[in-house]
Amino acid sequence: MTHYLEFEKPLAEIEGKAEELRALARANEEMDVEQEAAALDQKAADMLKDLYKTLSPWRKCQVARHPERPHCIDYIEALFTEYTPLAGDRNFADDHAVVGGLARLNDRAAMVIGHEKGNDTKTRIERNFGMARPEGYRKAIRLMDIADRFNIPVITLVDTPGAYPGKGAEERGQSEAIARSTEKCLSIGVPLISVIIGEGGSGGAVALATANRVAMLEHSIYSVISPEGCASILWKDAEKMREAAEALRLTAQDLSRLGVVDRIIPEPMGGAQRGRSETIANVGKTIAALLDDLSAKDRGTLIKDRRKKFLAMGSKGLAA
Amino acid sequence: MNWISNYVRPKINSLFSRRETPENLWSKCPECGTMLFHRELSENLNVCTNCDHHMALTPRERFNALFDGGVYARIEVPEPVADPLQFRDQKKYPDRMRAAQKATGEPEAMLVAQGEIGRTPVVAAAQDFSFMGGSMGMFVGNAIIAAAERAVEQNLPLILFSAAGGARMQEGILSLMQMPRTTVAVQMLKEAGLPYIVVLTHPTTGGVTASYAMLGDIQIAEPNALICFAGPRVIEQTIREKLPEGFQRAEYLLDHGMLDRVTHRKDLRDELITIVRMLTGQSPAVRGDLPPPEPGEDPPADPAPALEPVADSPVEAAKA
Ligand SMILES: [Zn+2]
Repeated sequence: MTHYLEFEKPLAEIEGKAEELRALARANEEMDVEQEAAALDQKAADMLKDLYKTLSPWRKCQVARHPERPHCIDYIEALFTEYTPLAGDRNFADDHAVVGGLARLNDRAAMVIGHEKGNDTKTRIERNFGMARPEGYRKAIRLMDIADRFNIPVITLVDTPGAYPGKGAEERGQSEAIARSTEKCLSIGVPLISVIIGEGGSGGAVALATANRVAMLEHSIYSVISPEGCASILWKDAEKMREAAEALRLTAQDLSRLGVVDRIIPEPMGGAQRGRSETIANVGKTIAALLDDLSAKDRGTLIKDRRKKFLAMGSKGLAA
Repeated sequence: MNWISNYVRPKINSLFSRRETPENLWSKCPECGTMLFHRELSENLNVCTNCDHHMALTPRERFNALFDGGVYARIEVPEPVADPLQFRDQKKYPDRMRAAQKATGEPEAMLVAQGEIGRTPVVAAAQDFSFMGGSMGMFVGNAIIAAAERAVEQNLPLILFSAAGGARMQEGILSLMQMPRTTVAVQMLKEAGLPYIVVLTHPTTGGVTASYAMLGDIQIAEPNALICFAGPRVIEQTIREKLPEGFQRAEYLLDHGMLDRVTHRKDLRDELITIVRMLTGQSPAVRGDLPPPEPGEDPPADPAPALEPVADSPVEAAKA
């Protein structure tokens, strides 16, 4: 059962009709609907292509948040072998919104860390919808430290609406944890590669995405604030999220023009949710290529290049 | 260490704040409602004489009170690309900027300076909440980097006064990128073995708290300052419960181990002098209101960059 986004409603109708026809034919052997159904399929395919050819920034937000989009654990399971999750911040708790551990990518050891949103009610609650608490960032810091000490590259998969705005999270130092995680990203002498696979929500994303190379899936987003939040502050009307999404330049394409993102990873027609394994494979290829790119650099160069990259960021605006 | 000889003598006399209030005005304490005579209030560093409520200080007011004799040299901040995203909400970003510049008489939301406190040379940076909520965009990032670079170049401690509603939304992702950029600045100081002291003032929130404002060697806050990542309203909406009294205020953070000290504004300068001198291996300071430093015999080896003339601020001609 496909989950259709709001702007996909006309598509849902056509695909639904085709499905109905075929169901009828299955129930009634005399009926021959294939020609009619195939025509509907073609119409749906054309419409899908049309819809996804030029997705507005707000539609991209919806695609980026699509519940059937592959999530962090899907990538880890498909792309890595010998995944050995490592838990806890050694201080307070294990935050299930941030997962991570040792794993092999094409036989090579890596430390993989990411936000996990969950994929049904139960796991979404368990994962707190991918909104990390300080413990999550402190776990990430710990894992980056291990990677740094044993000379293992770090790969982060970013997918969060933002860090969790909760009472305990604040009391335990959400700001400090995010700041330290960003600081750790900037300090490690091993390759650090980040892929924004869905939502790159503000400080909660940056804490894991201050990387040597940042790649983004074609329909993912990365922003200082959600379009809804921005709309309610600047337009005083949360319903102006379309305008806000436009103004914020949060798409992979705009971020690449701004020099914030190094690589855009293509998604199959109709978004990652319509071709999960193809998407995952594309991400895998990109990570491997970026790792190859960085593997010859020594520790000092990796740190220096990373800092230089962020210091220079934004100096040219959209002309970058 | 070579604190004195590397020191560039302050050149700019900024005793007269451009925003000095007319003497015949009264203002009402927002906390206790007492009517306060302006002159009395400003002599008390904008702290209510009745209830000790700490009201905002502009960076100029702050520096006038901080530096010996109110004398400091402004450090030039490299001008970023204006309106890098061509951002437009209900107003255009350049129009909002012009309005803020007109209202405050300042070019942007942070002032960086060099001078002496208790005959102890330091670099200081102060964020201006009255300028678009002190929000952090490219300029604030550049300011912090310029402050850190000057501190490293002259082997001086950096004292930073934070005050911000968070990131500058109109600079979108580039405001978010100031989190890693300013963190690189903090790392420069740490690697040079220089003290970085943060004074958190009301309010310090969002991406500012989650980057340079939480990375100080010593973290001091002014009484009752709101310091948080997510604001109390956002949290109440998320968790749907009332927050405890004093939540996210300086004293609450101190209790939760997130700060070193909460210090009344009248004691702050002395405390900064004490800490800085101990961290940099200097003898105890001479106390009291020190006059401006005497101009040295020799022209400075590395003169501070010239200030662009500001219309109504008396600029004392440089002696060199
Ligand atoms: Zn009062």
